[in-house]
Amino acid sequence: MTADVLNISNVDKDRGKTRVLNDVSLMVQPGERVALLGHNGAGKSTLIKSILGLTPIHSGAITVDGAAPGTGAARRATAYLPEAVSFHPALTGREQLTLFAKLDGAKADVAGLLKRVGLSDALDRRIGTYSKGMRQRLGLAQVLLGKPAVALLDEPTSGLDPISRQDLYAIIDQLAGQGTAVLIASHALTEVEARTDRIAIMSKGHLVADDTLTGLSRRAGLPIRLRVRATDNADAIAAQIGGQRINGASVELHCTPDDKMAQLRRITDLGDAVADLEITPPKLEDLYRHFAAQDASEDLS
Amino acid sequence: MTRALAIASCEMRILQRNLWLVVATVIMVLFALALTFAGSAPTGALGVDMLTISVASMTTLSVYLAPLLALMISFDAIAGDADRGSLALLLSYPASRGEVLLGKFIAHLSALAIAMVIGFGSAGMVAAWFGGAGAESLLALARLIATSIILGAVFITLGYLVSSLATSSTAAAGMSAGLWLIFVVLYDLGLLGAVVMDEGGSFTQTIFPWLMVANPADAFRVWNIAASEGVALTSGMTGAAQALPIWAAPASLLAWPLIGFAAARLAFRRIEP
Ligand SMILES: Nc1ncnc2c1ncn2[C@@H]1O[C@H](COP(=O)(O)OP(=O)(O)OP(=O)(O)O)[C@@H](O)[C@H]1O
Ligand SMILES: [Mg+2]
Repeated sequence: MTADVLNISNVDKDRGKTRVLNDVSLMVQPGERVALLGHNGAGKSTLIKSILGLTPIHSGAITVDGAAPGTGAARRATAYLPEAVSFHPALTGREQLTLFAKLDGAKADVAGLLKRVGLSDALDRRIGTYSKGMRQRLGLAQVLLGKPAVALLDEPTSGLDPISRQDLYAIIDQLAGQGTAVLIASHALTEVEARTDRIAIMSKGHLVADDTLTGLSRRAGLPIRLRVRATDNADAIAAQIGGQRINGASVELHCTPDDKMAQLRRITDLGDAVADLEITPPKLEDLYRHFAAQDASEDLS
Repeated sequence: MTRALAIASCEMRILQRNLWLVVATVIMVLFALALTFAGSAPTGALGVDMLTISVASMTTLSVYLAPLLALMISFDAIAGDADRGSLALLLSYPASRGEVLLGKFIAHLSALAIAMVIGFGSAGMVAAWFGGAGAESLLALARLIATSIILGAVFITLGYLVSSLATSSTAAAGMSAGLWLIFVVLYDLGLLGAVVMDEGGSFTQTIFPWLMVANPADAFRVWNIAASEGVALTSGMTGAAQALPIWAAPASLLAWPLIGFAAARLAFRRIEP
């Protein structure tokens, strides 16, 4: 097991009277892609800014590649894409990226990076003339500068068209492939479900879940849906394995993750009576609702 | 330092693109030329060359214009980036906040210096061409340009201070206007009122000159006047300047940019982008 390159332990932060981060602990390993989910105002951006050292924390500790947030070493190791990123409208994309490369102190192929994010045509145009998605792509290009150890992306897909989103996740995979730990704050559940290794869910400053999708499903204990299509007699199947007949030819039943294999065996035992079988694990959306709501009900009691 | 220079070159490019450099230079040239020609009438009466008179009127002009241009260039330096949201990204790079501020300062001061040199320089050349110039008046012109740049530096740093303290660009603009009014107009009015009330008492004799020279705008005026007899003669302002040791005005004017930069740096540190 590799050491964690991003290490957040027991972090508290207050803003005025409200506690916006409450005992948050999260580790990310090199090459890992972690999604950070949570409702508006849950504290995702605040957590990212704490990792960058842009905002102070009141207790707990954060290390980035072994360095404290905001130190020169930590800043060199980190790449950041702010939510709703913007740049000075009078500069061109090339000039802006060249400045970042110089600040980073790394040799960079600026034109190549801009090509990578599909901005070759707009290279020497002023950023003021860019569309929102183009500015977002420029923001992404600067993330790729100088092989960061940690990349913090705050809602990277906002404003991107469907194809650009695919490109974005390809770039994230490329980052992870070169060993960068990637933390992605997002509201796009279906996207991160497929494209990340682990999922962390925040709710009102608490980290309420931090696990793989499978792990989350197990912990949530949400049922897995099995849909069995009968060869000819759906009623007979429903009678034998239980469950609900949902249309002329199919039976639907729910089971717990632990019970899944036993159920499958019972279904295969039916032999030719079963024409097809569809297994649907709980969606991230269901899990998200489960974990985010769980904390809210705790608060009420 | 390379990081500060990288920021400086980008800021310089921005000043060229948004026409600030051109506009400021044109303003300086127009005002300086207008004053030079308007002030050319009484040349013979005082027995000094035209450049001397021109420098005297441009000194009065610069007291108002240098702080104004400096604040116009600097008030948005931090608040603007913070408003736009690009400050957070900039500060996530290895450049320290001091380097960011220094980079902007280098660019802004250079731009101001260009406007000053071209503006005062062209007016000085015109005056010398039409009305003659001597070694002393040329020196006075050089002093005017140099001290105007330092005065500009003071207000650039004060602009950064305001820009860091304000919560938005608009607030920073308002605070800059207030700052200009206080340093350039109200402070002198207050002192004048005190002198009138004092009726030539000990305040006027001892404390007043020091209070006056503590203000960078007045220090600028005193420095230029005390250093050149001709300029003092034409501006009719010799009394207060003579009550002070010769180093007082230069020391005050040179200390102010350092004070301003340190204050701006402190205020900038508190910003959470
Ligand atoms: N500059 C600020 N000053 C005061 N409070 C703030 C500031 N920024 C955020 N907050 C508060 O901190 C809490 C967390 O905000 P944060 O921006 O981290 O949420 P988020 O999870 O990123 O939300 P979103 O999904 O809307 O981006 C919120 O309650 C918000 O009101
Ligand atoms: Mg946010």
